[in-house]
Amino acid sequence: MKPQPILRAGAPERDNRHNSRRVSRVANFTPASALIGGALIGISATLLLWLNGRIAGVSGIMHGALQRRGDDAVWRWLFLAGLIAGAGAWLWLAPPAFAPRAGYSLPLVLLAGALVGFGTAQGGGCTSGHGVCGISRLSARSIVATLAFLVTGMASVFVVRHLFGVAS
Amino acid sequence: MTHAAARNASALAAGLLFGLGLAISQMVNPRKVLDFLDVAGNWDPSLVLVLGGAVGVAMLAFRFVLKRRQPIFDGEFHLPKTTKVDRRLLVGSAIFGVGWGIGGYCPGPGIAALSAASVEALVFVAGLAFGSFLYQRFAAPRD
Repeated sequence: MKPQPILRAGAPERDNRHNSRRVSRVANFTPASALIGGALIGISATLLLWLNGRIAGVSGIMHGALQRRGDDAVWRWLFLAGLIAGAGAWLWLAPPAFAPRAGYSLPLVLLAGALVGFGTAQGGGCTSGHGVCGISRLSARSIVATLAFLVTGMASVFVVRHLFGVAS
Repeated sequence: MTHAAARNASALAAGLLFGLGLAISQMVNPRKVLDFLDVAGNWDPSLVLVLGGAVGVAMLAFRFVLKRRQPIFDGEFHLPKTTKVDRRLLVGSAIFGVGWGIGGYCPGPGIAALSAASVEALVFVAGLAFGSFLYQRFAAPRD
């Protein structure tokens, strides 16, 4: 099965990214696939709450999977396995329109992972738990958390890309 | 099917849909995420629509779901009990954001990207587990 053209529309031409800056600031914008993918994530979060009474927060599910034992661990590992299989199914059906990033510093990726693991454990959520589910429940904690990680995320990219000039 | 088996099946189904959504929206591509966070560069607003699409669906649907006395396969809704905006929430979220901006992965896309047999994703997920361990070992409140 080939994907609908709309899902590939506007697929970024990554190699020209920096050259095309003057041409258009939003050349990489992919609104249709973003909305469709986002809606699927919303449906997933709804299913998990409606059926199991659980918040679809990936970091919370992961931290729990690493700590809990028995029934409370099994569903978590299954959700994470589904996450990988679901993404894999799409990459298999529709080979991605982007080249996988290669050559980016692996020690930096490891540091990034450790900071994300620590920070989401302390902050009690990530983009899905706070960003999607929390905002949908109009939780003040989640709205504040989302603003906080958006601001430091933007600052962090500014430092990495523009101050240190690392191509990420 | 027992309730435990039904819960496991629904968790798997929810995970599949979630992963599909992350792949279709290209959030498994760290450059796409970094281009969103890079407001001083070649800004890509796609992530706003991913979040907006997800929140749009969930905000509407949660209203109906949370009117129920209990979920279908469980005795209660497992919602966060604390409502306090505290230092722990702010510091943790800030640290998460710094890591997000360095790597371009948050937990969902990082784990989903394992499906592309990406070495980067493997390293990122190892870091995630390490960070989770560090928090539990040294920073989690003792009770």
